[in-house]
Amino acid sequence: MAYSDKNRAMFAGEIEEIKDKGLYKEKRFICSPQDANILVEYPEGAEKKEVINFCANNYLGLSSHPDVVEAAHKGLDERGYGMSSVRFICGTQDIHRELQDKVSKFLGMEETLLFPSCMDANAGVFEAILDQDDVIIADRLIHASLVDGIRLCSAHYDTFKHMNMKHLRKKLELHQDKRTRLIVCDGVFSMDGDLMPLDEVCDLAEEFDAMVLVDESHASGFIGKTGRGTHEHFGVMDRVDLITTTFGKGLGGASGGCVSGRAELIELCRQKARPYLFSNSMAPSIVAGSIKVIDLVSANTDRRDKLEWNTKYFREQITAAGLCVGGQDTPIVPVMLYNAKLANDMARDMYAEGIYVIGFFFPVVPAGAARIRVQLSAAHDKDHIDKAVAAFAKVGEKYGIIGLDKKGIIEKYGM
Amino acid sequence: MSSMHEEVLEYVIDEYIDEDDDLEVDFETALISSGIVDSFSMVSLKVFLEKKYKISLPDSEATPEAFDTVNSICVLVEKHLG
Repeated sequence: MAYSDKNRAMFAGEIEEIKDKGLYKEKRFICSPQDANILVEYPEGAEKKEVINFCANNYLGLSSHPDVVEAAHKGLDERGYGMSSVRFICGTQDIHRELQDKVSKFLGMEETLLFPSCMDANAGVFEAILDQDDVIIADRLIHASLVDGIRLCSAHYDTFKHMNMKHLRKKLELHQDKRTRLIVCDGVFSMDGDLMPLDEVCDLAEEFDAMVLVDESHASGFIGKTGRGTHEHFGVMDRVDLITTTFGKGLGGASGGCVSGRAELIELCRQKARPYLFSNSMAPSIVAGSIKVIDLVSANTDRRDKLEWNTKYFREQITAAGLCVGGQDTPIVPVMLYNAKLANDMARDMYAEGIYVIGFFFPVVPAGAARIRVQLSAAHDKDHIDKAVAAFAKVGEKYGIIGLDKKGIIEKYGM
Repeated sequence: MSSMHEEVLEYVIDEYIDEDDDLEVDFETALISSGIVDSFSMVSLKVFLEKKYKISLPDSEATPEAFDTVNSICVLVEKHLG
């Protein structure tokens, strides 16, 4: 038997190590559609409990929107269940083209190419357009999928301090000897909820002849006055060269992603990006649902505006309740706790109070920066937010952190 | 400590520590295992060492363990300086 007792013991030991370090991810089962109120089985085998969800990427509340569900049903009926092919063989339907065109228009880009996920888009885009003569200069807190994609590419890479334009300038000066420079960042950073100053990034890119790629997964559909994203927010819609984004978060929450940008770069992705060439097409029902999502977010800004109100209200209330929060005006609100055990314990107590949130700590966030990440949704009503704030106040009181700043929490619990 | 230790420490502080951060870093401070420097950002340190000391550090030796403190970094560099 290849899977010997020795092998089993070795892998089991590794799992125990993960548990010993407090990094084990427990199983949690959602027994209802994704929404503001969900039915959860946690821990495994426990009685199902209805809780308010504050940890989904369902920013616009479209994950279970009846129009989107109906469109997905129609896509299933009219275009079938699966494509049984990658895009370039026989996996591209007319609706794939339609979605690409709609996304290009929505984001204000020249062309778009769909991928099975944004993780795949990020894994494929760099190797398709750059080689060993080029350099990628990335913000240090970019998403893990960008890190993986950069590592898969033969181009040189370097990093700059998070959102530090002075440091980015230094790195651009340092790499003027390369053929091409590509600045890589997130539009909204997923753990801190802060916005990359894309206007300053684009100024530097022009000054030092660099291209700009932005991952907009936590921005598409709701950042900017009409929800186009961070490039709209900073008034640089025509100055960003590449956007990668997902249909798995604000834009319906199912799956699929894309690269959108300059026509030549997208064509190179179509010809060379390995996840595009070697992974299956987005399923027709998801493509049809995503088309409806783009139609909904293009038609009006109601959901985006509600999300903005919810975000502002939550930030005001949670701050007034005496919790220490980080980030900027985005629906990602990190309640800063600094200590990993404290974050874990508080998240568990919040669940007991009927609020579903998760604690994040090293290595997902930098050491000593543990937090509970709260994510607002247009599906939340004021009552949901009031309940979450009341629960945070109660649990925060239990742990004696109300009114404490970073220094006070670290003095009490350590990092 | 040697001038190399001072040069590497100065680079690490300049490259990885934010100006408003009150972290104190010395020759024995854990850089990688403590999370001050992540493995993705380690690349700039490797490039700095190779340029500054005109050496080539193979990936098999430029490990998070070898890069964990200024002291261990200097041991690695000195080995390659021969």
